[in-house]
Amino acid sequence: MNNASPTRDDSGRASLWTPSPREVQRQVARKAINRKKILIATTSSVLVLGALASLIVTSPGWQVVKETFFDWSYGSEVLGAISKGLVVNVRLTIIASILIGIFAMTLALLRTSRSAALTPFRFLATAYVDIFRGIPLLLVILLIGFGVPALRIDGLTNSVLILGTAAVVLTYSAYVAEVLRSGILSIHPSQRAAARSLGLTSSQTMRHVVLPQAVKRVVPPLLNDLVALLKDTGLVSILGVTDAVRAAQIASSRTFNYTPYVIAAILFLLITIPLTRYTDRVLAKSIKRQNAQGSA
Amino acid sequence: MNVLEVKNLRKCFDEHLVLDDLSLTVPDHTATVLIGASGSGKSTLLRCVNLLDSIDDGSIFLDGREISDPGIDVDEVRRTLGMVFQSFNLFPHMSVLDNITLAPIRVHKIAKTQARDEAMTLLRRFDLADKADQFPDRLSGGQQQRVAIIRSIAVKPRLLLLDEITSSLDPVLVNEVLSIVRDLKTEGMAMVLATHEMGFATQVADEVCFLKNGKIIERGPASQVISAPQHLDTQDFLQRVHEAGRL
Repeated sequence: MNNASPTRDDSGRASLWTPSPREVQRQVARKAINRKKILIATTSSVLVLGALASLIVTSPGWQVVKETFFDWSYGSEVLGAISKGLVVNVRLTIIASILIGIFAMTLALLRTSRSAALTPFRFLATAYVDIFRGIPLLLVILLIGFGVPALRIDGLTNSVLILGTAAVVLTYSAYVAEVLRSGILSIHPSQRAAARSLGLTSSQTMRHVVLPQAVKRVVPPLLNDLVALLKDTGLVSILGVTDAVRAAQIASSRTFNYTPYVIAAILFLLITIPLTRYTDRVLAKSIKRQNAQGSA
Repeated sequence: MNVLEVKNLRKCFDEHLVLDDLSLTVPDHTATVLIGASGSGKSTLLRCVNLLDSIDDGSIFLDGREISDPGIDVDEVRRTLGMVFQSFNLFPHMSVLDNITLAPIRVHKIAKTQARDEAMTLLRRFDLADKADQFPDRLSGGQQQRVAIIRSIAVKPRLLLLDEITSSLDPVLVNEVLSIVRDLKTEGMAMVLATHEMGFATQVADEVCFLKNGKIIERGPASQVISAPQHLDTQDFLQRVHEAGRL
């Protein structure tokens, strides 16, 4: 990323006064230092990346790998099928994230509530989070995907797409509930005290004072989870859902060429990298805001 | 008529007795000022009256009704009390106007337009009308604390509790905050305030109570407790305040 120190903008100040000779000297020196830094960074990048590339290209198996993994003509042939599969992943991600949002918020509110009537639910929510955070997602997908149809309950769906989505929602809700809960707990008790002293009930305090601040604070980790969710939707392919991963699998098993996997990976990256960069920006902004509040 | 009556109040944190058999009476339209070193129990007393802290013995009456009863509706009690904190505690995600109208709209079910009109009237009165749409972090400490006071009186409380409201302020900002309190006192608002500002205490107090180790050591009009303290502990405390240049 960028240099940590803020870039100096000398142009804006020029109109306010004429820089002293000493300042002009410093500006020249600063530019020289910057040039040197850029030169070092470029040289080191070229050296490291070049060494890596030559290591790969000169390896004994490179010719074979190039043909089986990077056969671009075959890649463009299967691109359509894999893109179609990726649409499934994206749709699944959108639907799942909405359901996860609702379910996770419910879990987080239950775990942080102190109401006597909700005691059994608080206990259940805690147990739920413990269990689903502790089981690998792949196992949950297999258990739900193969277990639920085996029950043969009338009216219950056998669609692998729906069952796969349900499994993802169940697991991710546990993660997201914990993120939300940590956000709720991070709000200083004095905020709650101020709201309660105004006569707001505990649920009004939660709704109008605690939650808006808590959710804002956990947006960066939630975006992180969204990226992870998109990738993990690829796991439902194990049930036979024709998503990008499954489409790539089908295409490569037909010809024993692995280029479709590389294509699928690139397609995922096309979505996840911008999303990750956006997350970084949101995070940087929120850190800046918190620091500003701390100094006030 | 007494707004507040505290009888034989005891409060402990673990093994430490913070309030020790403390009794206090606040008649309507009067100001009671609590003075004493940090840790003497001033803030805890205010928090107990507001039911933010539970009490361990004794009883508290508000307008003759016991509010220390376990079955009491705490939300309903707090609706009749205003509280201002040392650290302002404005809601950072809301504009100044929304901070002030939150309780009137949500708790007292006043129509939104009316609540906003009333809030604007208060803001204008205290020279803050131009800050109505700003967020708290754009305001100076003194402005934030004035907004916090307005927020607490917007619900027309029976009794105002002010907990060292100027202690985290720049000395030059203290006066703009205290002048609001002086105004409210003139209007007849009953209040209990914990403060280190002895000059201010002398101006507004109908009664001054000096606290030490959770007990009221000396009480009476400011002319007595602050100007001519009888008790050795009070003299010692005021001497130290004087040396710190706050008298």
